[in-house]
Amino acid sequence: MTRRSLIVGCCAAGALVAAAATPALAQEAAQARGLVAACFTCHGTDGHSVGGIPASLAGQSRDDLLQAMKEFRDGKRPATIMHQQAKGYTDRELEAIAAYFANVKPRPAAKTGSAIPAGASY
Amino acid sequence: MTLNRREFIKWTAASAGVAALGGCAAPETGAAGRVVVIGGGFGGATAARYLRLWAPEIHVTLVEPNTEFISCPMSNLVLGGNANIADLTTSYDGLRKRGVRLVRDTAVAVDPDKRQVRLAGGDTLGYDRLIVSPGIDFDYGKLPGLKSAEGQARIPHAWKAGAQTLALRKQLEAMRDGGVYILHIPVAPYRCPPGPYERVCQVADYFKRAKPKSKIIVLDANQDIQSKKGLFLQSWDGPYKGMIDYRPNSGLEDVDVKGMTVRLVFDKVRGDVINVVPPHGAGTIARQAGVANVDNRWCTVDWLTTESTVVKGVHVLGDSTQVAPAMPKSGSMANQHGKIAANAVISLLKGQPVDPNPVIMNACYSMVDGQKSIHVTSIHKYDPAKKTMMPVKGAGGVSDKEATELEGIFAWGWARNIWADALS
Repeated sequence: MTRRSLIVGCCAAGALVAAAATPALAQEAAQARGLVAACFTCHGTDGHSVGGIPASLAGQSRDDLLQAMKEFRDGKRPATIMHQQAKGYTDRELEAIAAYFANVKPRPAAKTGSAIPAGASY
Repeated sequence: MTLNRREFIKWTAASAGVAALGGCAAPETGAAGRVVVIGGGFGGATAARYLRLWAPEIHVTLVEPNTEFISCPMSNLVLGGNANIADLTTSYDGLRKRGVRLVRDTAVAVDPDKRQVRLAGGDTLGYDRLIVSPGIDFDYGKLPGLKSAEGQARIPHAWKAGAQTLALRKQLEAMRDGGVYILHIPVAPYRCPPGPYERVCQVADYFKRAKPKSKIIVLDANQDIQSKKGLFLQSWDGPYKGMIDYRPNSGLEDVDVKGMTVRLVFDKVRGDVINVVPPHGAGTIARQAGVANVDNRWCTVDWLTTESTVVKGVHVLGDSTQVAPAMPKSGSMANQHGKIAANAVISLLKGQPVDPNPVIMNACYSMVDGQKSIHVTSIHKYDPAKKTMMPVKGAGGVSDKEATELEGIFAWGWARNIWADALS
């Protein structure tokens, strides 16, 4: 884990809520939450997907998330839409996103929905 | 940017300090700030919710005349008989539980010097930062036939979901088999670029099932289909072949409501159900507040903050904004604008620098029948040289091949998640 992703990860855990200690750190925190919040539109706030479609990302392993997003981006994993979206992000951004979701506590109610055919990827 | 070791140590020390300060009685910031949000649609509701999620110390008041949120996205399905209004309706109770003060009223005036909003009911709300997210209002100025309430009742727009959607559905249900449904699309930019073409699919799906001799005439003021053209044409030339007469460059002159005839420059077209989406611009309050600086129609904003470029302290979101390149007027975009605004307003109220590099995403699904969907998506990043959001080259796109039931499932997943992301 890079320091950057560690920091973003800690942010996810809430430690940076009051990171007003320096303007630069506050700006880092704002940037981190702004970046990941774009994902919440489809995957639910903090990755808690309503009904689990598309997949809940909260609490998933950082490495698995990062690998999935990179494979979407590189066309190695089939998808309906994620292969087009992942191309919009740099490695560092994908690392920050993966670290954030890995640090969110999952909710038991939000499991991947059964309505999606086996093997289908968002 | 990667933090170096010194900065990292500084950060961990800072957060340790914050943790230690957690037991102190008073926060160091003092007055946290008052934010008034005008409009509880995708943009305003999201901004209000994220202000409370990210900075619970901020006082947030949301001014919204409607008692419930009714989603425009998915509302074409009601026209096709493939969904009910109840499926698209969400209460504002979720926001209330998060501490947002809901005021059921209409904002009628903004005084940016006094930092006050006046409401139709007579009350005045003071603010430190104002977020204006009023959606659109229609301009019937060049359509004399539709100026009267009777004319507007006979010729629905159904471009705001709710009573209008139900009115159009009722007309479609009452139409004889073998009748003609006319849809007029205004010149872009308009709310929801693929929306009219999805509507054509939904009405065709209904006609095919219930009134197979009926026809659809699309009078598009634009030169061509504005979004997902190839994918929509697969449906129009496939399952709906022979039902749809698409006529580009069909600018509207007026509507003869009594004669149920649409008048174009060189032509007149008669219909049994006429659905005109009139030209529109930013909601009235945006114009009143002085932020609709583009032709008194759309509002230019600084995309780092969504603050108006002409009125300080006033942020504008969603369909009211003068869009950045390749940015659609969509529910997804308004939701993302709401997050940029909440993030920036928090930083500004605390006197801290804002996120210098916002990254936002658009995803729009269009249902071509009761089950199958297609999508368009894009990623947008702030370009400091151009000082606007630009689409990331090589990213985004539309459905790879065709409408699928899997994408139909994801379309509903998108809807349920964005409604919750804005309102729960």
